[in-house]
Amino acid sequence: MNPRRFQYHSPRTLGDALVMLEKYGEEAKVLAGGQSLIPMMKLRLLQPEHVIDLNNIPDLSYIEDRRGSIAIGALARHSDLERSPLIREKLPIIGEAAEQIADQQVRNLGTMAGSACHADPAADWPAVLQALDASFVVRGKDERVVPATQFFRGPFDTVVRQGEIMTEIDVPVPQGDRVGQTYLKFERRAGDFATVGVAAVVCVDGDGAIASGALALSAVAPAAYRATDAEKIMEGKKPTQRLIEEAASAAAAPSSPASDLRGSAEYKKEMARVFVRRALKTALERAGVKL
Amino acid sequence: MPEEKIVKKISVQVNGTAYASEVEPRLLLVQYVRETLGLTGTHVGCDTTNCGACTILMESGGEWKAVKSCTLFAVQADGRKLLTIEGVARGDELHPVQNAFWENHALQCGYCTPGMVMASLGLLARNGSPTEEEVRKGLSGNLCRCTGYQNIVKAVLSASKDIKEKRLPVIP
Repeated sequence: MNPRRFQYHSPRTLGDALVMLEKYGEEAKVLAGGQSLIPMMKLRLLQPEHVIDLNNIPDLSYIEDRRGSIAIGALARHSDLERSPLIREKLPIIGEAAEQIADQQVRNLGTMAGSACHADPAADWPAVLQALDASFVVRGKDERVVPATQFFRGPFDTVVRQGEIMTEIDVPVPQGDRVGQTYLKFERRAGDFATVGVAAVVCVDGDGAIASGALALSAVAPAAYRATDAEKIMEGKKPTQRLIEEAASAAAAPSSPASDLRGSAEYKKEMARVFVRRALKTALERAGVKL
Repeated sequence: MPEEKIVKKISVQVNGTAYASEVEPRLLLVQYVRETLGLTGTHVGCDTTNCGACTILMESGGEWKAVKSCTLFAVQADGRKLLTIEGVARGDELHPVQNAFWENHALQCGYCTPGMVMASLGLLARNGSPTEEEVRKGLSGNLCRCTGYQNIVKAVLSASKDIKEKRLPVIP
């Protein structure tokens, strides 16, 4: 399968890339890892006249400790995140999610920023980054910082405007002595998109109560979402099986999955509940809670 | 859409040999390797990033990484080093991974084999002593429709031992 003809641009600086993006407007697409863009071009779902490849811009692959948060550059690959000791230490949920994305070959090229901008409703990063209260640095004529929770608008739709490039993702490291985090993905076959994905990050206080619990779900709504009702149910409470059940039901309630080859809408909604329950249990156990 | 055919000059090093070519930006790396360079050992299976038959290695930041060459444009390989199945053996001497595939009967029809071998090299370059589970996960991007996975996994585990014992380089 061949994409339509296009002109290829390989800017050496971010500034040059932005100038090109401005010049070619909606005829241009930005290429990072290409693991979503190129398949879509081959299927001719996308037919850009200009492709602006970011891969020759130096210094965009960083994963940096910024004291209290981790900054991830636009060209950091899933495999970089999977293998980063800094990520394993400070944000293990990111390492755990990275290794569940697609396969070795795709992870060697695909990027977190590219996945966020592509905004596939079944992608893994949108849920993980929302649960972590990450924010995205987006640069056009000016630079702006958008919280992950306000970034995704619907299937393949984000707040990134024409002429803008996501340059960095900032992820605050959850604070507290007893933090537990997990990304639990239910996939029908190896390397598939999620049937449902659940990101859970909990902080437990000195009395064993849930100081804060963040939950986000992917693949069961037009865009990944934070389960704020479920979070409110948990806040300040001692974790019990019953509380977990209640939170799981509340988290699945706003889901609106579509029936497809991965299952019926009814089945997926039930799996959303089941996987929130399991993810919460794992996160709490990792925070040192005995259930 | 640009009507006129636009070509870009690229230079790549494939299996140690330097090539300079003019390519259309939309030319996929797998087509470049197979049709322009004539290295047809790399196969096209699904052409949709699923099956891994087109897997080759690309050097990036001093590391060799397995990539699916149906999901990269040839222009993206400009200035880079590539390794395809043709560059794995040394003359008549098989690479330990190839040898292990032979010894363990890790192929039936053979269509997926070049991709399996390249993905195995990518895995072993990163992790010289993988567990069985790590091998299975590492090769999850490669499909074998003869379902010969058991023997493929055995072969990779056996090759990893062989490479360690004989202190051989994973990447030739």
